[in-house]
Amino acid sequence: MSLGRVGLVAVLALPALGAAVLAVLPHRIDRAARITGTAFAAAAFVLSVLLALGGDDNWFGYRPRTAGGPGVRPWHELDLTWVPGLDLRFHLGVDGVSYPLVVLTALLTLLCCAYTAWRVPAPGRGRTLVALLLVVEVGIVGTFLALDLVLFFLFFEVVLLPMYAIIAIWGGEDRQHAARKFALYTLFGSVLLLVGVFTVVTAAGTADLVDLTGGGELSRGTQLAAFSLLAIAFAVKSPLWPLHSWLPDAHTQAPTVGSVILAGVLLKMGTYGLIRVAVGVAPEGARWAAPVLGTLAVAAIIVGSLVCLAQSELKRLIAYSSVGHMGFVLLGVATLTATGIQAALIGNIAHGVITGLLFFLAGAIKDRAHTGALAELGGLRESTPRLAGLLGFAAIASLGLPGLAGFWGEAFAVVAAWRVGGPFWTTLAVLAALGGALTAAYLLRLLRRVTHGPATPAVLTLTPGLAGAELAAWGPLVLLALAIGLAPTLVLGYAEVPVEALLEAIR
Amino acid sequence: MIQTVDNVALLPAYLAAGTAVLVLLADLLVARRGATVAVFAVGAAATALGAVLVGTAGTRRTFCAGDDCSYLAGGRAALVGCLFALLTLGVLALSAPLLRAGEVPPGEYCFLLACSMTGGVVLGAAGDLITLVVALETLTLPLYVLVGLRHRSVAGAEAALTFFVVSVVATAVTLLGAALLYAVTGAVHLSRLGAVFEADGTAAGGSELLDLPLTVVAVALVVLGLAFKVAAVPFHAWAPATYDGAPVPVAAYLSTASKLGGVVALLAVTATALPASATGPVLASSATGPVLPASVTGPVLAAVAVLTMTVGNLVALRQRRMVRLLAWSSVAQAGYIVAPLGALALSAGRTPEAFDTAVAAAVAYTVFYVVLELAAFAAVVALRPAVADGGEIEDYRGAARRRPWVGAAFVLALVGLAGLPPGLAGLFAKVTIVRSLLAGGAGWLAVVVALNAVVGLAYYVRVAATLYAPEPVAPRAGDAAAAPVVPADPGAPALPVGAPVPSAGSIRPSWAVVAALAVATVVAIVVGFAPQLILDVAGL
Repeated sequence: MSLGRVGLVAVLALPALGAAVLAVLPHRIDRAARITGTAFAAAAFVLSVLLALGGDDNWFGYRPRTAGGPGVRPWHELDLTWVPGLDLRFHLGVDGVSYPLVVLTALLTLLCCAYTAWRVPAPGRGRTLVALLLVVEVGIVGTFLALDLVLFFLFFEVVLLPMYAIIAIWGGEDRQHAARKFALYTLFGSVLLLVGVFTVVTAAGTADLVDLTGGGELSRGTQLAAFSLLAIAFAVKSPLWPLHSWLPDAHTQAPTVGSVILAGVLLKMGTYGLIRVAVGVAPEGARWAAPVLGTLAVAAIIVGSLVCLAQSELKRLIAYSSVGHMGFVLLGVATLTATGIQAALIGNIAHGVITGLLFFLAGAIKDRAHTGALAELGGLRESTPRLAGLLGFAAIASLGLPGLAGFWGEAFAVVAAWRVGGPFWTTLAVLAALGGALTAAYLLRLLRRVTHGPATPAVLTLTPGLAGAELAAWGPLVLLALAIGLAPTLVLGYAEVPVEALLEAIR
Repeated sequence: MIQTVDNVALLPAYLAAGTAVLVLLADLLVARRGATVAVFAVGAAATALGAVLVGTAGTRRTFCAGDDCSYLAGGRAALVGCLFALLTLGVLALSAPLLRAGEVPPGEYCFLLACSMTGGVVLGAAGDLITLVVALETLTLPLYVLVGLRHRSVAGAEAALTFFVVSVVATAVTLLGAALLYAVTGAVHLSRLGAVFEADGTAAGGSELLDLPLTVVAVALVVLGLAFKVAAVPFHAWAPATYDGAPVPVAAYLSTASKLGGVVALLAVTATALPASATGPVLASSATGPVLPASVTGPVLAAVAVLTMTVGNLVALRQRRMVRLLAWSSVAQAGYIVAPLGALALSAGRTPEAFDTAVAAAVAYTVFYVVLELAAFAAVVALRPAVADGGEIEDYRGAARRRPWVGAAFVLALVGLAGLPPGLAGLFAKVTIVRSLLAGGAGWLAVVVALNAVVGLAYYVRVAATLYAPEPVAPRAGDAAAAPVVPADPGAPALPVGAPVPSAGSIRPSWAVVAALAVATVVAIVVGFAPQLILDVAGL
């Protein structure tokens, strides 16, 4: 087995092992257990970064494109038989589309574990929380790495119950309701995914994503049915308006680390699935449904922004902003062009970094001020200038200021829609650009309400200092938001070749 | 005419029946609970072993009239016999607290359970409709008594009566169907029936038999009567009342072994191994073909499946008592089991390949299901005082915090029944069903199954959340660890009155219950990671 294959297995096995170790450690040494879990997450992160070594079409080695190759060309691949009776193979691989997402997942999990090692949300039992975070990491990374449709579905499902538990145990006041809503909505999506996956598998006789990408010999009817099922499944997860209504509740009620993982990487399972599975396997269906997808995406941008303008609660506002941002990502996918899909990929990463940071900051503010109501949070910069400054930075990154990470995904999604041409896509591009302006409006409103203005009693009592653990958890995200903004090739450098290959295969 | 009887083929049935007799003798002569139970356990284990040894050594046939035989000991008989014996063993282990408390007479209890097991062992080998119905009744009859065997239990008596009345009606329906079938075709042997309908279907000038309304009615009656045993809608109403009134181990037997019996019977009449090619140790090697015409059984089963899972899941949402919730959920599970056969409703599902897949999927799902269901009931027994009934779901609040391992096993079983990781066994079971439905071109039924899984999660997750919920604020001073589960309120209207309120003694479960729970959980985990083990046996 080559080192790359060992790496693929280890990226999944380490967090799983970590969770198992934590489960058997005694209650007494809760803090030591949390630190052990963080160590496992750190090891998984290092390994995930190293996955790029040995790839032959990334920075470390350039392979000239060969026409007519498969639509997915993984750098490393592992293909083992698991359940032949269900067409299930343990087939993993990493390429330029999945690599940035895998690294982002491992990074956010590490930051969340470290944050939990420092502070455990009520009602305690941080050991269990860290273990659940590690299990969630296994599910998300597995989803990104799976090159077998059935395996993809399996990992997609793994995330559901641990995330349910995270919300239901450590969440806010209305946690039971939010957790149940999250579980039922997402399961609704994933059972449709199950039907869609097997529509494809039984028609094609294989579940291998490498073989299936490009549509293969699937008939038009099968492709339309499969794409409809898969698109709805991923639209629930992403979430696409009007299937988004689980998101605000779940994000608002979840504990800080839960919100960060939810917004940072869990939603990306939907957009990644849309690109890799739905578009890749049923391109005919994707072309057929693209106008609908584009329309819904633009509706999500506009509706999300308008709802944000009317929000009065900090976490809920950030949660709704995800609906708008993911609208841009989905618009990029819907164009089915190289620009659009690359915009979607970088938009995914940027949203993960920035919204992750925003939720960390919102959690910190709520922990200190014990309220999330915007009306009670005025004047933050007077008592805690550093926190207010970071919030300002994150909000400006989120609204897509050029030079910060948020810019590339949103701008190029609009550009891609404009370039498709025709009155329909031009209208969508214009509306999306308008939505971008609305995004700026609500984020500036947020800043005006929270950081500026006269200080409220809840804010005046705050101490200005930030804990070292907080800086450690936020620092990498701040740096990444800056780095990706200044050098988008950090993400796009990996994505260029695989996106070309994908588009070639589905043409 | 002198028939030679192949005694080797009958060995598992002899072992099972012998166990019943020995149990009775042991009770009579030794009159010690331990001896009776030990004899039973050894007998059941021997039956399982015998079934596997005989079944894997190739197909044996006996009681033949010409080419048609009433008793076929092959791969199917081995699987069914072995499963029945093991399930009986598991239920016996769950009964340990009940027997120790003297709540039921041990001799009678063990004897009746052994009789029921005998019916199950014969059922797997049944080759004609009469043997099938007799075996099924042998399986069911002792259960009427077992359900009501507890001393001083009004609920038990009510449950037994409900069960008895509905069961007798269903058996009568099946028998009527069988009689009508005989009137139309002149055959009772499954292989003969299959041949008659196949010849009829391919005959020039269309099928004459199927044009007769009587044939359609006969087939539908047989199928619907058998649907009673799997507690499928519309013959499901007995299940919740009976499960809840019965002692919990007997409810476990009803929802696993008895349901398995119904599935085997349904599969036997809708599809059976063609004797000529049935040579291997597993069902996989035997080509299957329809016994009764799929154009009639298909739509009936599709309708039954859709109704069963939808009604079961929706009503389970509203249950407050644990055993009733499990009962309704097992009604819904019966719908999933029958669903693959519903693909026969469409012509795309009637190709030999799709037919094989559908039957294999139903078998595989059943095996996954009985393992998870047994684990769930074992956990209920382990969490309750010795002679208590299932109680309210609210009684389980915080149970997983007091007893983390038992709670974890319970949650694993529930999540498996819901079909989600970490209950991988249940996930693969659902995947098998959906795959077979799509292979059979019944996409709509696959969507119905999928949506029902969402409804199912709603109540399974409610129970799981209750298990981990914070303790109720108890007025009791001090140690929460030793706090007994609060017994059900027997005064609740419209609910059967539970067992006598148990003394607030220790609820430390007996080692037998823990062992049964551990074995079922380990099996569930193993087949979760290696589902191919079961798919191979089922023939996928």
